[in-house]
Amino acid sequence: MVQILDPTDEREPVQRQLAGRPEALVGTIGLLDISKPRGDVLIDRIEERLREEAPAVAIKRYAKPTYTKPAPDNLRQQIKKECDFVIEALAD
Amino acid sequence: MNPPGAFTLSDDQGTAHHFPNHTPTLLAFVKEDCETCDLTLPLIEAIHQAAGTGVDVVAIAQGSADIPVLRDRHHLTMPMLDDAGLDVSYEADLDTVPSLFLYDADGHCRFQTYGFDKDQWQELTTATMQMAANSQAAPSINWDALPNLKPGCGARNVDPDVAVRLAARKSGGLRARVIDIGAHDDVHEFLFDQGFTDGLAVVPPTAERVWRMLQGTKRDPQEVVAEVPPNLAPATVEKIAINAVMAGAKPEYLPVILTAVEAACTDEFNIHGVLGTTWVSGPVIVVNGPIRHRLGMNMKMNVLGQGNRANSTIGRALQLVIRNVGGGRPGEVDRAAQGGPHKVGFCFPEWEERSPWEPLHVERGFAPSDSTVTLFAGNGPQPVADQRSRNAASLVASFALSLETHWHRKLRNLGEVMVVVSPEHVDTIAASGWSKDQVRRHIQTAIARPARDVLGDEDCAEGVPSALAGDDLDRKLPKFRDDSMINLVVAGGEAGMFSVILGGWASGPGGSISTTRKIEE
Repeated sequence: MVQILDPTDEREPVQRQLAGRPEALVGTIGLLDISKPRGDVLIDRIEERLREEAPAVAIKRYAKPTYTKPAPDNLRQQIKKECDFVIEALAD
Repeated sequence: MNPPGAFTLSDDQGTAHHFPNHTPTLLAFVKEDCETCDLTLPLIEAIHQAAGTGVDVVAIAQGSADIPVLRDRHHLTMPMLDDAGLDVSYEADLDTVPSLFLYDADGHCRFQTYGFDKDQWQELTTATMQMAANSQAAPSINWDALPNLKPGCGARNVDPDVAVRLAARKSGGLRARVIDIGAHDDVHEFLFDQGFTDGLAVVPPTAERVWRMLQGTKRDPQEVVAEVPPNLAPATVEKIAINAVMAGAKPEYLPVILTAVEAACTDEFNIHGVLGTTWVSGPVIVVNGPIRHRLGMNMKMNVLGQGNRANSTIGRALQLVIRNVGGGRPGEVDRAAQGGPHKVGFCFPEWEERSPWEPLHVERGFAPSDSTVTLFAGNGPQPVADQRSRNAASLVASFALSLETHWHRKLRNLGEVMVVVSPEHVDTIAASGWSKDQVRRHIQTAIARPARDVLGDEDCAEGVPSALAGDDLDRKLPKFRDDSMINLVVAGGEAGMFSVILGGWASGPGGSISTTRKIEE
């Protein structure tokens, strides 16, 4: 493990920060299946619940080509462009 | 080398040995890849066997893996302690193995020797046997078969990479928060993700590198050099060293960088304003004095360009300090509408030896033998071509006409600029015997315009406001507030009848005043 010394004034924690949380659920939600077995089961169920509880929200489905590798650039760019939120489902 | 004080080390059986322990003791520091250790370990073993319980004879190996190898190679029965962390070796400031230290029962060192000097080893053997109160049982050593002298080998704790790591760990002077980068994280990607870089790759600031950087100054790592805007965060020597490592600087550049940070954060230079303006300026560092040569700075061809480590990294280090310590980031407090590549870092030395004039720092009251930094809130290079002038008046008129467009051709009463005069151009000026002041005066008179020519009008609304122009529209308005606003330095390649203007920002108490500080080494 590499250790480095903090170059800043140390007023911010080093941990990765969570993205900002929007106040209202509006716009488009992307549902990303990582292509691991039964991920689609979970995603289908989430979609069903979202359609019941947030009918105004648009839903788009995406899938990674394989769960063994990071999402390809163009897929990440596409989700970023088309969605306001994304839910990524792990599986098994 | 100092005789080691108290320590506890484990042997290869995992048993902890405490020293001192009220028994006479002979400590022998050894390592596996050392012929002199190979020569002497059988002697140490013979002393161990002859001394019996009267003296603890103990080998201290400078690595765990050395112990089984040496034990097998020399059939050793004495205890072998593991100084794998090299802590005891470091404390003893060991530089040679074998190193032997003989202590009496009270823990006082009575004899020490390094390498193999036969006379000394015989003395050591006798002293040890006397301490063992067993001087009759001489160890079985065939002294005649041994050479008179065989120097030792370098101790492992002084291997260059090991020494730096040990010193960094031991110095205690480093107080910055340690950040662990996960084994699966790419170090460089992590540094980008954390926002620590200026958009270019940086050198990861490990404790070893920072420690090495700190060797470039005698200043205490915790000394606060400046409070860096916009957050007014204290920049210690250590924090600046961390950013200097990231910028790619060498330890010998550190005094320049420290002084540049100090100068940038003065009220006169006002880095807060330089940072916060929507204008294009950034801190430009001009280095004067003997340090230019020691750092191998480029003051000749491509002086304002890329390719020289000192030129490139000193300016960058200052910008990284502003970014990381001060929190001044583009789009946040850095409000530059466009900025420019000069804001990655802009530092160059004056070619004093090529100039007929006093260098910048001497004009400002420093001795020629002083090394200084001058911070100037400057813009990117604007070249001036003049390949035809053969006397100062004509050439300086070219400078003036080019300077007239600074900010806007019709704007007047402006603040500081800097002209980087090329060698060929300065030769032309020198041939006419002009001083810097004559150059400044000529620039001012050559482009002083009647107020009516520089008023904002229907063709171009920008220009001098009529309130400033006054009633007499024939009155000539100078371009610059006064002659001293024109800074002149000499630098650049021997060929090329081109000089460079570095425009400036708002000068004066409400803006930035160029600031020179002596570099304390």
